[in-house]
Amino acid sequence: MAARGVQVELTRTVELTSAPGGGSEFALSRLDYLIDQLKRHGINWARRHSLWPMPFATACCGIELMATGASRYDIARFGAEAMRFSPRQCDVLIVAGRVAMKMMPVLQKIYIQMPEPKWVISMGACASTGGVFDTYAVVQGVDQFLPVDVYVPGCPPRPETLLEGLMRLQQVVAEDGVRSSRERGRGLRLTVQPPRTDRVELGPGFRGSE
Amino acid sequence: MATAEAIRALQDRFPELNLIARPLVTYADGRASDQLWIRVPPEHLHDVARFLHDDPRTRFEQLCDLTCVDYLNYPDAADRFGVIYALLSLTHNHRLWLKVFVNDPEPMVPSVTSVWRGAEWPEREVYDMFGIRFAGHPDLRRILMPQNFRDYPLRKDYPLTGEGEREDFELVTRESA
Amino acid sequence: MPVSYDLGLEPTTLERDESHEDHWTLNYGPQHPATHTTLRLVLELDGERIIGCIPDIGFLHSGFEKLGEHLDYNQYVVVVERMNYICPVSNDIAWHMACEKLFGLEITPRCKAIRTILAELGRLQDHLLNIGVAGLDLGGFTAFLYGFNERELINDLVEQLSGIRFHPSYTRVGGLAYDLPPGWTARALDLVQNRIPPALRDVETLLLRNRIFIERLKGVGVISHDDAINWSLTGPVARASGVKRDLRKDEPYLCYADNWDGRGAPAVQFKVPIAYGGDAYARFLVRVEEIRQSCSIIEQAVAMLPEGPINVTANAEVTLPNKDEVYFSIEGLIHHFEKIMTNRGHCPPVGEAYFANETANGELGYYLASDGGKAPYRARCRPPSFINYQVFPKLVIGHQISDIPAVLNSLNIIAAELDR
Repeated sequence: MAARGVQVELTRTVELTSAPGGGSEFALSRLDYLIDQLKRHGINWARRHSLWPMPFATACCGIELMATGASRYDIARFGAEAMRFSPRQCDVLIVAGRVAMKMMPVLQKIYIQMPEPKWVISMGACASTGGVFDTYAVVQGVDQFLPVDVYVPGCPPRPETLLEGLMRLQQVVAEDGVRSSRERGRGLRLTVQPPRTDRVELGPGFRGSE
Repeated sequence: MATAEAIRALQDRFPELNLIARPLVTYADGRASDQLWIRVPPEHLHDVARFLHDDPRTRFEQLCDLTCVDYLNYPDAADRFGVIYALLSLTHNHRLWLKVFVNDPEPMVPSVTSVWRGAEWPEREVYDMFGIRFAGHPDLRRILMPQNFRDYPLRKDYPLTGEGEREDFELVTRESA
Repeated sequence: MPVSYDLGLEPTTLERDESHEDHWTLNYGPQHPATHTTLRLVLELDGERIIGCIPDIGFLHSGFEKLGEHLDYNQYVVVVERMNYICPVSNDIAWHMACEKLFGLEITPRCKAIRTILAELGRLQDHLLNIGVAGLDLGGFTAFLYGFNERELINDLVEQLSGIRFHPSYTRVGGLAYDLPPGWTARALDLVQNRIPPALRDVETLLLRNRIFIERLKGVGVISHDDAINWSLTGPVARASGVKRDLRKDEPYLCYADNWDGRGAPAVQFKVPIAYGGDAYARFLVRVEEIRQSCSIIEQAVAMLPEGPINVTANAEVTLPNKDEVYFSIEGLIHHFEKIMTNRGHCPPVGEAYFANETANGELGYYLASDGGKAPYRARCRPPSFINYQVFPKLVIGHQISDIPAVLNSLNIIAAELDR
């Protein structure tokens, strides 16, 4: 009964606000629209606040990822504390750290196992470009083999920067959360701007330069 | 000094090898480093290692490190590869470095894993990085690079950025995985 | 033509006993929460019991040593500290101590004291994480949070020191990048006196009175005294097997040596914890006690911190001039550029040198070969994780799968240091 009551009330509201001449057909399409909106915003709202990361932590950035999960930075505030080490449960692949030649096939397989819709955050200079490791063994940017959605700069990025990257991704998810990675093609390729302050407190070695 | 005594014991045991201890580095002002090295011919390495490990005067119980240097462009170097054994005695608290020089095309050194078990992975690493084979090693495979990697990356004639291996992957797709 | 890299092990390495049809092979890692990032194990199991174990490493091999041959002695410190990323500053110190051995330099007393403080902070960083993660690996999240909270405070100290909270690149050949900022020592003292001891007590009461935790560590992953020596183990792993070896006592350097300032200052007083169990529990206890000793060392070093220059001498050939001089005088600027240009500056003698530090994981040494140029000819690192990890199959065979995280954690394997 209760569900029916809601339906009636909705229809009535629509009828009251609709233009003259609208019959029950109009009310129905309007209802579809509402449900559609609810799906779009409601589900995306839920989705953006429950992104489950897959921490592919290889090196230094992995420790900063752990710090982001620990008490002080507390990634749980953004609903992304449920780190699952099985790719089949995750939405966001966080590639934290350099990816060596031997590791690249493993990373690709992990990405493939993740269910749609899925996103990739490339955390740190090494994952994004190879960083200081311009050597024979390090892949010069995972974006050659994976569609990267957000690049997080830093070596390693501060936890705040990673959170900024996550928020950037949340905005995207809120807008087009249901688009699959295949539709997005080679990734969204967004970046995070590090926060700028006007005045930086310089170390003692730079005292004379002010 | 304990190291000097150990070296004397070694020279007494192997007089025919003519072992001479040299400092690892001599500074510009003429001071010599207190770290000494001895050149050992590869065919006698095993006997020397066994003696250094067992003799109470030397007692090098631990192989602290095993590495290699490719002396390809090194000033005044006669041989190409120097395999370097850093020995450590916990009893006497002294160190000694052994160097074994080998050359292309088939660089081969006897393994010391029967003396020091800790040599197992360092020897595999030297094989992986320099292509030096260790005779008698229980499990000589590549350790850091993929098994079918072709080159030996730490050789001086291998470029820092590799020869394109790092871009050379198959793109794994849902169909091929 | 793209190459498909073969990740499998060669068939000769895991010999299957055909008479046991019920044995099965399990691939463990390289992406597994318990394998500390990028380790891979191939296990042969009889039910839950491990009867064969082959570690497969190299999933984080980044060519550190090759890179070291292309960067000069000051540049390479940036790369070195990404090797053991749990305690970056210990790597800085170990690298430049080896460089100074090669250059034949004796650093100033103030520099020695500061490096001592930082080396011990590095040890605290490592051990706090390790004992926290010991809880995490066995299913208790809280200890990890306790450990990490104090680590954040150390990161704050590093940030005040260098501007970055993780990798400070703070040392230089013959000294340090810059002096301590004002008020830093007071903060460091506050940390080791008022913050870490209570946190340690919390972790101890949480874990060391927890029967499950203790029973999962006791008797697991035992290695005997003689084996520990023969397998080249160092650091807390060896000391938990009764090996009395600590480079800070046996080959003293920095403030661990007597008369370190040339005016008869005594060495810092501390005890080296030794345990005889040789199991994962003994290693845990050694680390807990080392945290206490490190706190005490930092207190003493702060109290003894002498005034004076941080770099070898004002006009030394190796160190860069002071920034005040560089920015405000033309001579200073010329001086600066002469040091950093590729064809100028001070070069070490032709030769080789080795120097090892006692870092949190054990003996971290660098073997440097120089051809007299600006960059090292060969920059070999003796990585404690790599040497310690080769004993791993010996430790787990006969135990159950669920003991793997406990043993791995007790060895404290850092993947980047393992694979370099």
